[in-house]
Amino acid sequence: MSAGSSSAGGVALALDAAPNPWFDPSYVIDNWDTILRYLGEHVRLTVLAVVLGAAIALPLALLARRSRYLAGPVLGLSTVIYTIPSLAMFAFIFPLTGLSSTTVLVGLVAYSLVILVRNFLAGLQGVPADVREAGRAMGYGRLRLFWHIDLPLALPTFMAGLRIATVSTVALTTVGVLVGHGGLGQLITGGFNANFYRAEIVTGAVGCVLLALVADVLLAGVERLLTPWARAARA
Amino acid sequence: MSAFGDAVVYLNDPFNWTRTNGILDLLRQHLAISVVAVLAALVLALPLGIALGTSGRGGGAVVVLSNVSRAIPTLALLTLFAVSPIGFGPRATTIALAVFAIPPILTNTYVGFRGVDADVREAARAMGMRRAQVIRRVDLPLALPLVMTGVRTAAVQVVATASLAALVAGGGLGRIVALGFGQQNYGQMIAGAILIAALALLTELALVLLTWAVTPGPRRFPFLQVRARAGTAEPEPTAAGMPL
Repeated sequence: MSAGSSSAGGVALALDAAPNPWFDPSYVIDNWDTILRYLGEHVRLTVLAVVLGAAIALPLALLARRSRYLAGPVLGLSTVIYTIPSLAMFAFIFPLTGLSSTTVLVGLVAYSLVILVRNFLAGLQGVPADVREAGRAMGYGRLRLFWHIDLPLALPTFMAGLRIATVSTVALTTVGVLVGHGGLGQLITGGFNANFYRAEIVTGAVGCVLLALVADVLLAGVERLLTPWARAARA
Repeated sequence: MSAFGDAVVYLNDPFNWTRTNGILDLLRQHLAISVVAVLAALVLALPLGIALGTSGRGGGAVVVLSNVSRAIPTLALLTLFAVSPIGFGPRATTIALAVFAIPPILTNTYVGFRGVDADVREAARAMGMRRAQVIRRVDLPLALPLVMTGVRTAAVQVVATASLAALVAGGGLGRIVALGFGQQNYGQMIAGAILIAALALLTELALVLLTWAVTPGPRRFPFLQVRARAGTAEPEPTAAGMPL
């Protein structure tokens, strides 16, 4: 009450005059724990979504390669899911899972699954048929055929899909703010709701972009490690 | 499951459609913002894509742009424009959406025009066509399928993303979802989600039909065409955009 009466005596409200810089290192330092907590949630959601998405997408892609009748519906359905806006997706899932990060996770898995199944299928279809035949002629069973022939040959396409899915998922996680579990997106809307506090918004936005770029570089490194033959070919 | 039942009830109430700030108002807002954003992106990205594609330069920059744009959350850009001197409202939303519509159009235009067979171009020049003629009568028809893919991707993305504006006090159909959530009126929230999803799917459908109508060459009905090559998956193209 006393604070209100003292500000009323002034010409303007204190808030009007308060500086609102775009970048403020002191915000980052003072709120480091909060930022780390949101960053942790963001990373956890992204990793889980991509790993679960890949775990579902791979069998689907293998099945779709085997039968043409399955490939059509799988690709058609994935296009439809891909088109559904994320806000609508989270809203659809919300009544089932409530105000938890599971809501966000399910939505993110759906999107990463859709990106991955396309790339996995494209990678598998890119494996030359005669190489597979040679493998079968050498007595490879289904598992060895996949492990020793399909996987190495399709790996570049697989990794490209994983990179796209990861970067997209990092960006998409922010929409989880709808149910309060948007990782760094919480900083973006949090700053917006805290009287357009720019430093907090910029921290969230820059954090998301940096996280996506770091994840992309890491996956590119993994790809390099996993495909030593590609390096030899380039040299 | 009662939330879905409530959603049907909400959608069946004519008052919810016709009142001020009802579904029709918000839909009009949503479409106006989306159309302006896509047109603005087209005006900027098409000439640039054509110039870069026909000269074959700047490919690296285009790829980097499309990759970086994927990493930027739309929500972040919407919020940043809203708290900038532009101020929040339809203008900030439109600018943010236009920025996001540029990379898909630019990349696909660039790839489309660069992919035109050099021999075809040379034949056109040998027939006495000038540069502008070559671009209009040779390059454009050949690049059109890819250009239209870019436009479709951008348009669907913009329509989908426009709903996020509601999270930062913007308008559009996302408002129904945000309000429904805020008021714990989950039927309304689901109804909004259904409307947004339907609008995105309809946009996709409309642009598939538009692509079919404007693409020269043998006409095949788009859906039959999809079935004909159903067996082959295409990997995500460079700037297919992210789901939004």
